[in-house]
Amino acid sequence: MNWIYEPWPWYISGPMIAFIMFLLIMVGKNFGMSSNLRTMCTICGAGNKADFFKFDWKAQKWNLVVVLGAIIGGFIASNLMSIDTAVAINPDTVTDLNTLGFNSAGKAYLPSELFNTEAILDIKNILILAIGGLLVGFGARYAGGCTSGHAISGLSDLQIPSLIAVIGFFIGGLIMIHFLFPLIF
Amino acid sequence: MRTIIYLFIGILFGITMFKSEAASWFRIYEMFKFESFHMYGIIGSALFVGVIIVQSIKRFNIKSFYGDEIRFFPKNKSFSRYMFGGIIFGLGWALAGACPGPMFTLIGAGFVPILIVIIASVLGTFLYGLLRDKLPH
Repeated sequence: MNWIYEPWPWYISGPMIAFIMFLLIMVGKNFGMSSNLRTMCTICGAGNKADFFKFDWKAQKWNLVVVLGAIIGGFIASNLMSIDTAVAINPDTVTDLNTLGFNSAGKAYLPSELFNTEAILDIKNILILAIGGLLVGFGARYAGGCTSGHAISGLSDLQIPSLIAVIGFFIGGLIMIHFLFPLIF
Repeated sequence: MRTIIYLFIGILFGITMFKSEAASWFRIYEMFKFESFHMYGIIGSALFVGVIIVQSIKRFNIKSFYGDEIRFFPKNKSFSRYMFGGIIFGLGWALAGACPGPMFTLIGAGFVPILIVIIASVLGTFLYGLLRDKLPH
């Protein structure tokens, strides 16, 4: 039974993601996570500020339930299905991250420098997480979807707009890691 | 009953995001460094299976579990919104190391600071809603 505590290889993980998309399609819904962020804006009353948020959010309640499930799934996976959650990334990547000041590389699931509870007492860390989140939320809605909506659902449906978006995701990610990280960290 | 099904699918999704390590900041960094096949394998195999699923549903006119017709909505044709929006998303994805699914999984896994990312991404979405008419689409 020890296998249950191991991280999943890519050839299990990828088809599982496709299976999740399949289940959502078969219950008459679609696989797209970032639209929940819009729903949350609407629930908070954003409809008074912009027409973009004026829609019947109750029609999206099912997707918020999926989000709730994703939270519970994270709890189950980390507490009941894992002993050691350290991510075995490439040793070259570890060396690289050590130079940038991430000494937790190869020893943790997330960099403790950014995601330990004490890390939120540091103003620079708060800014990094907040700017990252801001860009994710803004960009996902501007592009009309995120990794799930475009890279998985859209590309599975052979949508050219999704291909453009995914190319954009990679251009942005490469700029951040290769040009901006040395300036930030 | 349907709510339970959505919850179950969400739990499966959360477990997959955590166990696949797609929710790990380190894996995202490593992917953009081209130093591992892991993330490319995940996305590639998900697409391989995903394309077969979606194209089969379309070709064989497969009905949903409830017997309804399954419809796919083509995305609006445009270049700028997908490219610019995509680049902005990519910058944030690499910095925060989480996209809109995994960020929720990470709350369940007990990482408190991810709440900052989530709140900021809701604010980012709100900001887009305010500026939408002024942006090229």
